[in-house]
Amino acid sequence: MKLVVLGWGNESRGDDGLGPLLLRRFEAAAWPDVTAIEDYQLQIEHALDLEGADAALFIDAGRDTPAPFAFREIAPRFGATHTTHALAPESVLGVYVQIKGVAPPPAFALCVRGESFGLGEGLSSEGAIRLEQAWDFCRELMAERFFAVWRGRAV
Amino acid sequence: MSALETAAEPASLRRIAIDPVTRVEGHGKVTILMDADNRVHQVRLHIVEFRGFEAFIEGRPYWEVPVTVQRLCGICPVSHLLAATKAMDIIAGYVPLTPTAEKLRRLLHYGQLVQSHALHFFHLASPDLLLGFESEVGKRNIVGIAAAFPDLARQGVMTRKFGQEIIRVIAGKRIHGTGAIPGGMNKALTQAERDGLRADIDGIIDWSREAIDLVQKLQETQPDFYNRFGESRANMMGLVDANGALDFYHGGLRARDANGGEIFDHVDYSTYKSILQEDIKPWSYMKFPHIKTWGAERGWYRVGPLARIQVCDSLTTPLAEAERQVFLAVGNGMPLHGALLYHWARMIEMLHAAELARDLLDDPDILGKHLMADRGPRREEAVGVIEAPRGTLFHHYRVDENDLVTYCNLIVSTTNNNQAMNESIRAVAARHLTGREVTEGLLNHIEVAIRAYDPCLSCATHALGQMPLEVELLDAEGALLSRLRKN
Repeated sequence: MKLVVLGWGNESRGDDGLGPLLLRRFEAAAWPDVTAIEDYQLQIEHALDLEGADAALFIDAGRDTPAPFAFREIAPRFGATHTTHALAPESVLGVYVQIKGVAPPPAFALCVRGESFGLGEGLSSEGAIRLEQAWDFCRELMAERFFAVWRGRAV
Repeated sequence: MSALETAAEPASLRRIAIDPVTRVEGHGKVTILMDADNRVHQVRLHIVEFRGFEAFIEGRPYWEVPVTVQRLCGICPVSHLLAATKAMDIIAGYVPLTPTAEKLRRLLHYGQLVQSHALHFFHLASPDLLLGFESEVGKRNIVGIAAAFPDLARQGVMTRKFGQEIIRVIAGKRIHGTGAIPGGMNKALTQAERDGLRADIDGIIDWSREAIDLVQKLQETQPDFYNRFGESRANMMGLVDANGALDFYHGGLRARDANGGEIFDHVDYSTYKSILQEDIKPWSYMKFPHIKTWGAERGWYRVGPLARIQVCDSLTTPLAEAERQVFLAVGNGMPLHGALLYHWARMIEMLHAAELARDLLDDPDILGKHLMADRGPRREEAVGVIEAPRGTLFHHYRVDENDLVTYCNLIVSTTNNNQAMNESIRAVAARHLTGREVTEGLLNHIEVAIRAYDPCLSCATHALGQMPLEVELLDAEGALLSRLRKN
């Protein structure tokens, strides 16, 4: 299964760095057929990164997410927000549909609950613990690289 | 300034709040106060955040700042990089730059403009323009035009990708790159990199022209609507070169009034504090800059594409200048101030940036290896200004004898546009909400006006999942009457 993993966030904003930190662990693990992509934010061109993938995993931090993290399958969504400064993973899938004319690969979102997002802050103590918990979960996912199995673990 | 900024008797009015609920700071909120007959009495766009930017920078070594400031904004890190680096060139005593270094920086900047404008137009603006939101006749006309541009979404993504590729090649990475450093650049462009970009640039120019054609055709379907929606008669400001042409990277400050008359011209931007004043208002964290000699009431201004192409005397590339003349003709010699016209102006600028990028890619200097300037005397204070995609961006620093930043003042594009955005929203509210029932469609008009400016909602943060808008209706006592969530 060719997997694209997108992790995004700003390490200068406390727990917002959870996405990039997890993403780098994917890079370090160097699993075969895994492409890791890091960015500050999701944007429309990330739809192109999904071309040829069998599945996609989006990793981010969230403030209102149930602790320690939430894992769910996501579907394309269409419609504009009021700013270019945020794009949801569902919207990236929507752009994929717009430009390719076909359904995107199965996609999942792993959202790790963060507590503090202040400019200039590092990871919170809770964020550091959840980083490890989320990484343990990611390793379990990667041990079962079949998206049908992932679907069973998604809420 | 509109009379709708402050209601005479707000306690007797009911309140509508359009409140994007994000998981981080940096959201905007619109509040509308209406009386029992749905007459609008007060409209305010509140943008929270921007607090802490300066504190984030102060105390850091000056050479670290160009990298650090990229963490302020996830959408336009290159703009902050270049404005900060221009200031630090002076602090470190490295001016002027070598021709190759300045041209590489300009190419980086034009790549940023192309990708940012493409993102905004194709993802945010075109749905509003194409779908229409006013009349059934207009919608039918628009559907026909949309059918003539079937590849719009794909072209938008590819144009954005091209701009990102310029940034990746010059800055070294897709993100966390540098490229520009105090005194010049830290990486030369290779022949293969230059050839790769050159191979695609003509296609980007063609797509930019198609985008302009699309906007123009849409404008022709309902000219009064497109010209007047969110209209606010603002002063305008932007950078121009010595000949009065728009210069995105460097120049003097020029301001014109709403009728096109000169307010100031070719002002050295290092003296910005002598011409601009930043006020605070108790209801918003974001400052309200204005032209000092005109005062807060009359001196507020607009920046960004709609201001830039009307402040300048010309664009230096032929295709973009021809398109600018078509745009200006709509105003019959008078400046245009409708919020939706930002989209047209933005596409003209995208074409201009693409043409400028092509010219630089054809310039032998772009492959030069002389990247660092000779070092002269060090300074303790400097200002760097560029025309970022959303408008004029100021970075002002003081550095002590230990090379640490002791003072930092940023005026970002959205701050420059603060009053103008408020005025556009008031115009929309006054025209489209007064005397009518509040519906989701009408409230969408407010969003459309906000989207035209694409305010930077600070930044380098994002929202996993949705970024909903929450609409609350409260009575005069503040009790919640109803709530509407959107997205």
